[in-house]
Amino acid sequence: MRNAFWLAAGVAALALTTGTSSAKSEELTLCWAAWDPANALVELSKEFEEQSGHTMRFEFVPWPNFADRMLNELNSGGQLCDLLIGDSQWIGGGAENGHYVKLNDFFEAEGISMDDFAPATVYAYSTWPKGEPNYYALPAMGDANGWFYRKDWFERPELQEAFQAEYGRPLAEPTTQRELMEVAKFFQGREIDGQTVYGVSIFTERGSEGITMGATGALYAWGFKYENEPGSYDMEGAVNSPEAIEALEFYKELYECCTPPGYTNAYMEQSLDAFKSGQVAMAMNWFAFFPGLYADPNTGGDKIDFFVNPPQNVPASTLGGQGISVVSYSDKQDAALEYIKWFAQPDVQAKWWALGGYSAHNSVLNDPGFVESQPFAGDFLEAMANVQDFWQEPTYAELLLAMQERLHNYIVADQGTAEEALNGLIEDWTEVFEDDGKL
Amino acid sequence: MSAHSITEPSSGTKWIAGILVVGYAVVTLIPLLWIVATGFKTPADAISYPPKVVFDPTLEGYVNLFTTRTRVTPEQLEALPPPEGFAEEIVRSYGMVIAGPSRFGERFMNSVIIGFGSTFLSIFLGTLAAYAFSRFKIPLKDDLLFFILSTRMMPPIAVAIPIFLMYRELGLSDTHLGMILLYTAVNISLAVWLLKGFIDEIPREYEEAALIDGYTRFQAFYKVVLPQAATGIASTAIFCLIFAWNEYAFAVLLTSGTAQTAPPFIPTIIGVGGQDWPAVAAGATLFLLPVLVFTVLLRKHLLRGITFGAVRK
Amino acid sequence: MQVVQQIFENGSFMTNSVITAAAEKTPPSVARKVRGLSDRAIAWIFVAPTIFLLLAINIFPLIWTVRLSFTDYRANRLNREVEWVGLRNYERILTDDGIWMNMQATAHFLVWTIVFQVLIGFALAYLINKKFKGSALWTTIIVLPMMLSPAVVGNFWTFLYQPQIGLINYMVEFFTGIPASSFSMLGSVELAPWAIVIVDTWMWTPFVMLICLAGLRSIPDYIYEAAEIDRASKWRQFWTITIPMVLPFLMLAVLFRGIENFKMFDLVVQLTGGGPGSITELASINLKREAFEKWRTGYSSAYAVILFVTIFGLASIYVKALNKVKAR
Repeated sequence: MRNAFWLAAGVAALALTTGTSSAKSEELTLCWAAWDPANALVELSKEFEEQSGHTMRFEFVPWPNFADRMLNELNSGGQLCDLLIGDSQWIGGGAENGHYVKLNDFFEAEGISMDDFAPATVYAYSTWPKGEPNYYALPAMGDANGWFYRKDWFERPELQEAFQAEYGRPLAEPTTQRELMEVAKFFQGREIDGQTVYGVSIFTERGSEGITMGATGALYAWGFKYENEPGSYDMEGAVNSPEAIEALEFYKELYECCTPPGYTNAYMEQSLDAFKSGQVAMAMNWFAFFPGLYADPNTGGDKIDFFVNPPQNVPASTLGGQGISVVSYSDKQDAALEYIKWFAQPDVQAKWWALGGYSAHNSVLNDPGFVESQPFAGDFLEAMANVQDFWQEPTYAELLLAMQERLHNYIVADQGTAEEALNGLIEDWTEVFEDDGKL
Repeated sequence: MSAHSITEPSSGTKWIAGILVVGYAVVTLIPLLWIVATGFKTPADAISYPPKVVFDPTLEGYVNLFTTRTRVTPEQLEALPPPEGFAEEIVRSYGMVIAGPSRFGERFMNSVIIGFGSTFLSIFLGTLAAYAFSRFKIPLKDDLLFFILSTRMMPPIAVAIPIFLMYRELGLSDTHLGMILLYTAVNISLAVWLLKGFIDEIPREYEEAALIDGYTRFQAFYKVVLPQAATGIASTAIFCLIFAWNEYAFAVLLTSGTAQTAPPFIPTIIGVGGQDWPAVAAGATLFLLPVLVFTVLLRKHLLRGITFGAVRK
Repeated sequence: MQVVQQIFENGSFMTNSVITAAAEKTPPSVARKVRGLSDRAIAWIFVAPTIFLLLAINIFPLIWTVRLSFTDYRANRLNREVEWVGLRNYERILTDDGIWMNMQATAHFLVWTIVFQVLIGFALAYLINKKFKGSALWTTIIVLPMMLSPAVVGNFWTFLYQPQIGLINYMVEFFTGIPASSFSMLGSVELAPWAIVIVDTWMWTPFVMLICLAGLRSIPDYIYEAAEIDRASKWRQFWTITIPMVLPFLMLAVLFRGIENFKMFDLVVQLTGGGPGSITELASINLKREAFEKWRTGYSSAYAVILFVTIFGLASIYVKALNKVKAR
């Protein structure tokens, strides 16, 4: 027993001495989500390590826990991350609560101009208040929600014929949301190569942001608006407009008619799984995954193709993507700024795109060869031209969780009507804005 | 037949009871065996339908658990020197290379450090307090003892709100020290209650004889009581360790990286595109194994431990 | 709360409390004569660190929680002015329909896990008490699930529950012919509340079993022998001897499970995360969302206060009943 005691004592002592890290270290920690582009960033950053002499450490958190863990980290004033590639909606909170370092002076001193980046990404990822020239992040990763499908199935003559007979048009990339549902219905339950396949896999996740990001793809395409006048917080008639109700009913129908069984809590990973295991004909996901999907040995290459979120009343896509910020609690801010300076260089940005990251730099996007550089590059530009984002208010988490609950209750748990869900959402949001003194 | 008393069950009854209990035990073990088995499957075998009971075991799950991997082009793969060791070989067969170690080792070590650190502190403080409660007249003793017990009734999430704020002020968020103190505070009620029971069972005459022999009270405690209570202390320590080892709610709310333990980490292990169930199962197996061993060692004191000493055999 | 204390202080659960009682009676006069620190000083030196730690990490936070519950504080909005809102947070919580739904989900979970665990746990203990060969070994095996990390095990159960590849759905298809992909244990509104009850029952039935077993073993053989002589049937012996004698133990087991499952977080959060919709969103899960995702610190402090007042209240009512049973 005594030995065990000393062992425990030793371990405890060790814990006390290793608990605090030295301030002189040049080891920078970059926090981001654990996904394909993060691996590309690790590759890219090797060059920075060579040039600067700093070492990079990475803390990648899986998407379902990413917001939870990172916002908790910021709110606890934690020093885990020196650099954070935070989600676009966090910018309001990051700026107002002092989590992010304001970058204006740094940009000016280093000659980094936000005019060199795509305006939609600067607006969404960097500025707070929205559109004001106060920058809290550098656009790091442009992203939007898009679609991909089994091109090899679409091209099969027997399926082509059957589809033509049923719907009176050729089986092809859908050009409206309604067409998308028809294609999905066509594939649902069909036998292909001896396996039962399903129509689409869409986002239905409850815990973080999944179902909201999925359903807004339909809502925006029907013309959904958060407010009657931007900045007015006047939501009655906008959030619950007839178009919004129709769009939400559409998304629920799509979920019910055409998804594989058990996809009741599906987000990025599940959508990828469903597609890669050959279960679905079409799937939605962020453009960030498209390079990996294209490279997939089983379902990539000439078996896959991509399309932008189809319009219904208007062309629109749900915005993803992130900017890179310096965390104000870090004691290695200078080294962190060095990283951003390095990252903003056009040649690094070009390499970033080549490795599978979505650069937002104009020199990359406006390059004549860009559209042809990848099969999804053109779709990406098209999507980014019409992106819409969720609220970016400092209270965004509350606003998002309210929407998650209302949508999941209506779409998956099948409770109430679309109108009730949206009316309830206005109630929830009004309460949040009232509590925050905005209403 | 006449040998056993009338209360002794007949051998037929014993057979039936035995079969039913063994049947339950087998069913209850299936999920655990499935975890262990999944750890040795390939990702494809793990998600095949119908579920595979017979399969070719592989260490892929364990390799994926301990490494991070990146995809390379076939040309790059060709250009590489031949793989070193089985791990490299497995990873290459998927067109990838090992990029480095994963975070699992660190998280596991965090569990070890925080588990042992808080167990040591709980036992240290708990033994002292238990001895005092057992042997001395302390004003409001019953109230203090009950107060110590009642701290265990609060929902962890409820307590976590102010602790979060307090740790933020003190800079204890996401530190080993912060988690050790927190788990000690949670475990100390168990330690005091169990240890008081064990010390109560040691006859006072031993110490009193020592005191008459010229020992100080402290020496009597150290040289007479502690050795007598060794088994009790050991089993209490294991209970504290298991609690700290398994704890999830505080860990998920108060740690983000540096001091994160394995329970919040294991469910977030993902592979390239999709949850990597063999790696999750491998992590779970390694993590659950120590507790299984401890449970077998503890079996005599189990009941006492889980009821805070309220029921003893 | 004196009553809760009694069940722990009262020796009737402690079958070997004789030694303890004897020890209590020895006068401490011998100790007083010896040199070194006085007993009084040692007592305080020994107890103080524990009390201090609990005050710092339990009581101080508790008081802080109560204080915060009267404010509109938000832990993620440092630059925002904090205002006293009186009882407004409490009013909002008690009139919120959503929270009553969470309470119903918690009650459903609580009641059914206890029902199943008591029935199966008692039955197992009864069978093990037949002392068949190897019963000790099998008892140890049965106990294993209860000692494991609920988060890690709960996470793995989501794999077992998957409609297309999971073992559970496959077994259901195998035995009943219902196609495995036609139902989703964790995704369906009807099944999810039962899916979490099943896993908790799997994990915690051994706990109830162990306590029942202690109860059964505390019944002296001579009582049954006397009943045999009176020619009481086995059935009658079961209802007039076994059940009443085990009941206090069983009630203690229910108390422990009740408190634990009222606080339930880790297992269910891993299994369903509260979904689908909010069907399995137990009180603790909802509280976590309010406190650490929406960051409504003041509001969730009031919620926390309500929760532990409820736990203490229910527990003390229950313990009164338990003491009555024991007094019989």
